[in-house]
Amino acid sequence: MTYNLTVSPDFPPERIASWFVFNTWLQKKLGVNIHLELYDDFESQHQAMEAGHVDLIYVNPYDATTLVREKGFEAIAAPQGVSDEAVIAVASDGGIKCVEDLKPGCHIASTDDKDVHMMCMIMIEPADLTASNINLSEHPNYVIVAKKIMIGEAQAGFFYKQAYEKMSKVIKSAVVPIVTSQISVIKHMFLVSPRFSEHKEAIKAALLDMHNDEKGRHIVEELGFDSWDEQTQEDTEFMIDLMDTLV
Amino acid sequence: MRDMTEDDVTGDFTAHHLTYFDGTSRRVLVTDEEVPFPEGKLIVSRTDPTGIITHCNKAFVEMSGFSEEELIGQPHHILRHPDMPKAAFKDVWDTAATGAKWHGYVKNLRKDGKYYWVYATVISNVRNGEVVGFASVRRKPSRTKINECVGLYKEMLAEEQSS
Ligand SMILES: Cc1cc2nc3c(=O)[nH]c(=O)nc-3n(C[C@H](O)[C@H](O)[C@H](O)COP(=O)(O)O)c2cc1C
Repeated sequence: MTYNLTVSPDFPPERIASWFVFNTWLQKKLGVNIHLELYDDFESQHQAMEAGHVDLIYVNPYDATTLVREKGFEAIAAPQGVSDEAVIAVASDGGIKCVEDLKPGCHIASTDDKDVHMMCMIMIEPADLTASNINLSEHPNYVIVAKKIMIGEAQAGFFYKQAYEKMSKVIKSAVVPIVTSQISVIKHMFLVSPRFSEHKEAIKAALLDMHNDEKGRHIVEELGFDSWDEQTQEDTEFMIDLMDTLV
Repeated sequence: MRDMTEDDVTGDFTAHHLTYFDGTSRRVLVTDEEVPFPEGKLIVSRTDPTGIITHCNKAFVEMSGFSEEELIGQPHHILRHPDMPKAAFKDVWDTAATGAKWHGYVKNLRKDGKYYWVYATVISNVRNGEVVGFASVRRKPSRTKINECVGLYKEMLAEEQSS
């Protein structure tokens, strides 16, 4: 039997090779066949999820909700000390200093990242802004979102915090944050399907121990974090409850 | 819960006597100083099915003015402000009992008699089909909405006090 592993399409593209290395390591550790399939966008990943083609997934919070509550997936681990946060940024010379300076009818640039969307929509509420009184445009990536602000087509942009922080100095001096979320409990995590449940304990042990040998530590660092933390089912259920209050 | 004393507050205050749903009562002292909602944060707490606080996050602790030890195990009305009408909280409990989400604007009382406004959502925590408790997640409210609520809650309170 071969299982399918996939990774939320919002992972940084430079990490593609690292996920293949991770998969080779994982198969050796568990003694099972795992095929890594990376989808280009959320839509094709969702189709695979619906068709039951996903057994192991490093997933974004929004999709974790569906997989845990509707498909019986279980949480195994999450990157240590890394949470998903969002930034609302504006032109540095545009006179907008806080969310309350944004007015109904304003143009906001964003991407199709649903987690970022959710967090940013609650951060504009204090300005009496909602989906029905802003003009939201969706773009393929955050550099384009920043450019829309720089050329004045958008008064603000919704960013994934890590993506904002990785942008060039030039962009970051032209497009500056007015508010950054500090939610802490919303995060990417590793889930397994009911079909994979016989290997659940083995994979959990392998991931949590991964940073303890040199090779494992190197692989996990290449994924962009230091180690895996245990993510209990209750941690995940609570994250989902919390997200449920935000929509 | 103990009565508040003049040592708890700084500056001018007014004293009120609150009687809670469980029959207990407490003297609270309130000042008219507002503490702004922390930007970008969520204030989170969880209760058991009877409304006793079981968990709270750092932002909750900081905004309440209490320590975590002082909060865990206390009824959630530890934050009740005398400007809040009873009917608002009755609606919280009636809604939560049906399993639905409750949203609303709440003025909360701090340990030091100051207050802070939140936009709160209360939901039930359902595990294996059973309600194991409730959670409230609070975010920064709009000033326009707060101003509407100030008037509305005043009317509701006046009505409660006259009946
Ligand atoms: C999850 C949850 C969170 C609550 N949060 C608050 C709160 O922040 N402030 C507050 O005054 N009451 C809150 N309440 C309502 C209180 O339990 C209580 O009903 C209210 O303070 C009024 O007091 P009384 O019902 O004892 O009269 C919350 C209730 C629940 C279930």
